[in-house]
Amino acid sequence: MRILSFIKGYRRDAVLAPLFKLSEAVLELLVPIAVASLIDRGIAGNDPGYIVRMALVMVALGLSGLIVSVTAQYFAARAATGFSEKMRSALFRHISSLSESDRDALGTNTMITRLTNDSNLVQNGINMFLRLFLRSPFVVIGAALMAFAVDPHLSWIFVIVIPVLSVIVAAIMGFTIPLYRKVQAALDKVLSRTRENLQGVRVLRAFGKEEEEVASFAADLASLNDMQIRSGRVSALLNPLTYVVINLAIIAIIYAGRVRYESSLIEIGAIVALVNYMNQILVELVKFANLLVTISRAIASGRRIEAVFSISPSMEDADDAVEAGLDTDEAIVFSGASLTYRDGGEPSLEDVTLTVHKGEKIGIIGGTGSGKTSLVSLIPRFYDVSSGSVSFFGVDVRKWKRGSLRSMIAYVPQKSRLFSGTVRDNLMWGRRNAGEDEMRKALEDADALSFVMERKGALDSPVLAGGKNLSGGQRQRLAIARALVKDAPVLILDDSFSALDYRTEAKVRHAVLSDKDRTVILVSQRTGAMMSMDRVVVMDKGRVVGIGRHDDLLSSCAIYREIYQSQYKGAEAR
Amino acid sequence: MKASEYTGTLRRMLSYIRPYRSYLALSIAAALISVASMLVFPLLAGRAVDAISQWEAGPFFRAVIAMALSAGLTALFQFLQNLSNNRMAYLISRDMRRDLFSKLQRLPLSYIDSHPHGDVSSRMINDVDQVSDGLLMGFTQLFSGVLTILGTLICMLTVSWIVTLVVVVVTPVSLFTASFIARRTYSFFYSQSEAKGRQTSFIDEMVSGASVVAAYSMEGETQRRFDEINHHFSRVSLLAVFYSSLTNPVTRFVNSLVYMGVALSGGLSCVYGLMSVGGLSSILTYASQYAKPFNEISGVMTEFQNAIASASRIFTLLDEREERREEGMPELARPEGSVSFDSVSFSYDKSRTLISGLSLSVRPGMRVAIVGPTGCGKTTLINLLMRFYEPDEGSIRIDGRDISGYTRRSVRRCYGMVLQDTWIKRGSVRENIALSRTDASDDEIRRAARLCHIDNFIAALPSGYDEEISDESDGISEGQRQLISIARIMLSEPDMLILDEATSSIDTRTELLIQDAFARLMEGRTSFIVAHRLSTIRNADLILVMKDGTVIESGTHESLMASGGFYAELYRSQFAG
Repeated sequence: MRILSFIKGYRRDAVLAPLFKLSEAVLELLVPIAVASLIDRGIAGNDPGYIVRMALVMVALGLSGLIVSVTAQYFAARAATGFSEKMRSALFRHISSLSESDRDALGTNTMITRLTNDSNLVQNGINMFLRLFLRSPFVVIGAALMAFAVDPHLSWIFVIVIPVLSVIVAAIMGFTIPLYRKVQAALDKVLSRTRENLQGVRVLRAFGKEEEEVASFAADLASLNDMQIRSGRVSALLNPLTYVVINLAIIAIIYAGRVRYESSLIEIGAIVALVNYMNQILVELVKFANLLVTISRAIASGRRIEAVFSISPSMEDADDAVEAGLDTDEAIVFSGASLTYRDGGEPSLEDVTLTVHKGEKIGIIGGTGSGKTSLVSLIPRFYDVSSGSVSFFGVDVRKWKRGSLRSMIAYVPQKSRLFSGTVRDNLMWGRRNAGEDEMRKALEDADALSFVMERKGALDSPVLAGGKNLSGGQRQRLAIARALVKDAPVLILDDSFSALDYRTEAKVRHAVLSDKDRTVILVSQRTGAMMSMDRVVVMDKGRVVGIGRHDDLLSSCAIYREIYQSQYKGAEAR
Repeated sequence: MKASEYTGTLRRMLSYIRPYRSYLALSIAAALISVASMLVFPLLAGRAVDAISQWEAGPFFRAVIAMALSAGLTALFQFLQNLSNNRMAYLISRDMRRDLFSKLQRLPLSYIDSHPHGDVSSRMINDVDQVSDGLLMGFTQLFSGVLTILGTLICMLTVSWIVTLVVVVVTPVSLFTASFIARRTYSFFYSQSEAKGRQTSFIDEMVSGASVVAAYSMEGETQRRFDEINHHFSRVSLLAVFYSSLTNPVTRFVNSLVYMGVALSGGLSCVYGLMSVGGLSSILTYASQYAKPFNEISGVMTEFQNAIASASRIFTLLDEREERREEGMPELARPEGSVSFDSVSFSYDKSRTLISGLSLSVRPGMRVAIVGPTGCGKTTLINLLMRFYEPDEGSIRIDGRDISGYTRRSVRRCYGMVLQDTWIKRGSVRENIALSRTDASDDEIRRAARLCHIDNFIAALPSGYDEEISDESDGISEGQRQLISIARIMLSEPDMLILDEATSSIDTRTELLIQDAFARLMEGRTSFIVAHRLSTIRNADLILVMKDGTVIESGTHESLMASGGFYAELYRSQFAG
C-alpha cells in the first residue's frame, strides 16, 4: 500500500518496536527450555537446588521481558500516532489540492469519514501490527524451531500445523476485508444521513418529516447492521478453528511421543516441552485472532484512504506555470468558452466571447440557470472550460499558478460561508496581515461596521461554524467585507447582494465601485444595479445575448428589456 | 469523571443490553461449556503423559479420545459464543445510533444552530463504534476470562493444593496493577475523544467550505491550522495508546512470576513425591492458560475505559434538554388564517433582547410583507411563527388559539415555508419536490414543476426527474434550488405561506412567469413575505416595516408612501441606481 510510505520519519520506531517485541518473544521461548531442564535434571536428578536456580532464571527472563516490551509499546504507539498524523495531514492537503469537480464527485461526507473514522482505524491497525503482527508469526515459527531442537522426529507435526493455520488465517482475512469495506461504506451513509438531517433541519421540521427521517435512517442502520453481522460471522470462525487444529496437533504429539518413548527415543520432559510449545502457539494465535479483526478493518480503511489519494487532481499547475500576468489592458478575455458539468448533461455555458478591460465595471444579468455563476467561476479557475479558453491579464488561466491567479481575485460567492472563530479571523481570510484600519474600512464599505461594533467584543466577537449566529444579510455583508479586505485588482460579486435591502445594496455597491482601478464583475438579478455599470452582459440559456450599456440594451436587447420591465412595471407611475 | 458518573454511565450501558438478554444468556451458557471443556483438556493431556510413562495402553487411549471430544466441543461453543456476542454488540450500536438520531429530531433548533455538526456526527459514528468495540471485546473476553480463571484454579486444585496456593497469593498483584493502569488511562481516553470531536468539527467545516478556502487561497493557512489540531490529537492519542498498552506487559510480567511460582513449587513437590510429572505438565499448562485471561481482561479494561469515555459523550447528547414534550396535546385544526402576536419578546442570547413587546394581528387571507434592514428580526419572526424557537414572553395565536398549546407538528403543517437558504435532500428530483407530500402522483409533481417553470431544466438533466441531486450537487444554480423549494409548496398547497426571500436568487423574468401561479396560491391564504424586492411587496395588504426588533411602521404601500417615513425612503432608494 502506498500510504505505508508515511512511516517515513518514524521508521526507527517502526523497526525498533517489532525488534523489541521479538526479543520479548525470544525470552518467552526460552521459558519451556528452562522448564524442560527443570524436569529432566532437577526432578529426575532429585536436585532441589537446581530447581530453585531454574526458577530464578525464569524470573530474570520475565523481568527482561517486561522492560523490553514496555519499550516496544512506546515505539509502537509513537510510530502509529506519528504515522496517522502524517497521513491525515497529507490527506487533508491532498483534498485541498483537488479541484471543485473532483470534490463534488467524491462528496463531502466521504472526505470527512476518510479523514476521521478511517484514519483512526488505520492508526489502530498500525499500532497493533507493530506490537503483534510480527511477534505472532515469530513466536509460531520460533516455537516450531525450538520443537525441532527438542526432538527433530516429532517436529513434522509443527511443519504440518503451521501451513494449515496460515491457510485458515489467510482465508478468513480474504473473506472479511471486502466485507469490512462494505461496512465502512455503510457507515459513510449513516454519517451522510446525519449531516444532512442537521443541515436540513428547518425544512425537514417544517414538513414534519421527523418520523420519516427516523425510518429511513433505521433502514440505513439495518443495512449497516446486516453487513457487520455477516463479517462478524466469518471472523467468529477463526478462534474455534485454530483451537481445534492446535489441539489435534497436541493429540498427535502425545500419540507419536508414546511410540518414541516406548522405543526409549524420547524423554517425558521433552514431550511436555513439545506440548508447551504447541500451547504457546495457541495462546499467541488467540491474541492474533483479535488482532486480525483490527488489521482487516485497518486494511479496508487504508484502501479507502488510498482511493482518495489515487485521485490525481484534475487541475494541476503546469511546470511552467506563471505567477504574474502581462501588462495589458485586457483583464479578462473569454474566447468561445463553454462548460458542461456532468457527462451527458446540457452545457451550462456555450461559446462565450467577451473582453473585460482593466478597471472596467461589468454587470452580468440573466435568468435563473442562464450561466451567470458558471461564467464567473471560470475566472478563478474553479472549473476548467470544456472548450474555448479564458485568459487573465493576457495569460490563459490554465497557465497561471492557481495560487497567484486567485490572489489577484477577490471572489464573493452566492452562498456566503463564514468559518468559526471571530469576525477578525474571518476578515483575515482576505489578507493575513490586514490592519485594524483596513478591516474597519472594509466593514464600513460593506455596511457591516455598525452591527459588528454592536456585538459584544466587536471585531473579536465570535462567529459560529457557517456563521450560524448571524442573519443572512449579516453573513453576506461580512463575506463582502472579507473580499474587500483582500484588496485584489479584480473583484467578483456573484449575486452577493441578494440578502440585502435596496438601500444597503446601493450603499455597498457605491463603495465597491468607487475604486477606479479595480476591475469589478457584478452578477445580479436587479437592473437597478446594472445602471451604474460600464457595460452589462445579458445571459440566456448559457449564451451571451447582449453586451452594452444599460440604455443601449434597453433598446437593443429584448431579454434585457423584459427583465427591466418585470422589475419596473408600474413603478414610474407611482 | 467522578465515580458516581462512572457507574451511572455503566448502568445506562447495561440498560442497552437488556433487550438482548437472550443473546447474553446464550453467550454465558456457551462460555460456560467451552471454558469447562477447554479446561479439561490439559488434565486429560496430563493423564495421557502419565499413562505413557507408566506403560498403560487402556487409560492412554481413553484419554486421547476424550481429548479429541473436548477440543471439538470447545470449538463449537466458542463459535456460538462469538456469534451471539457479535450480534449483541452490533445490535446495541444500532440502538444507540437510532436513539441518537431520534434525539436529534427532538432537540430544539437552538441546540442544532449552536453546536458544530461535526462534533454531533463524531458522536454518532466514532463514539458509538468505540462503545460497540468495547462491548464486543468485553463480552467475548471478560466473562470467559473470569470463568477461565476460576475454572483453572479449580482444576489446579485437583492436581496440587500447594501449587494452587502459590497462584492464589500472587493473583491480587496482577489484578491490582491492571486496575491501577486502567484508571489512569481513562482520562487520557476522554481527552482523546474530545480532541477527536474537535478535529472532526474542523474537518467538517473546512471540507464543506472547500470552495471558499480555494477562492481565498487559504489552503496553506487552513493546512497549518489543521496540522496544529492534528498534532494535538496525535499527542493526546500517543498518551492514550501508550498508557493503555502498558497493561499487557505488566500483567504478563506478573504472570511470569505466577508461572515461575508454579514451576518452583511444582518441581519441589515432584522431588518430594507430592505430584507426578504428568501432573506438573498439566499444571504448567494451566498456569500459562491462567495468564491468558489476565492479559485479555487487561486488554478489555483499556477498551472498556475507551468505551465508557465515548458512552458518556453519547449520553451527554442524549440528555440534552429536548423541545417541550407534547404528549396529549391537541392538534391544531386546519386554520382560517388569522394570526396574532401578543406582546412577544424574544432573544437568542439572553443578554441582548432582539424582539420586545411585539404585537400585531393579521386577518385571514391577508398578504403580509415584512421589510426592513438586515438583522432587524425578520427571520426571527419566522422562527417564532414556525415554532423553531419559542417566545420568551407573550404568545402567538392562530385563529385566536395560543399555538404553544398545540403540537408543533400541527402548527408547522399550517404553513408552507420557503427559505432563502435552500436545502436539497439527497435523492431524486422527484423525491425532492414530493418532500412536502409523499403521496403525490407523478402528474401532480410535474404540474408543480411546470408552475415553477423548472420543468424544462429538469427535463434537460441526464435522467430527468430521476436525476440524483443533493445539497452539494454542482450544475444546479441557486435560483433553480429556490424553484425546487417553491415547487414543494406548490404541490402541498398549504393553508398559510411563509416566504423568506423565496425568490432572491430567481431572476425577475422567471419570477414574473411564476407570479400567476404564486398569486393563485396566495389567493385566500394568509401569507408572510420577507423580500427586498419591493416590486414583490407592493401588492401586500399589510406591510410591516421592522427595525431593531420592533415594527416601526405598518400599512399599505400607498399609505406608507404618503406618510413619507422609513419605508418611503427605502422604496425610493431602489431607483437611486
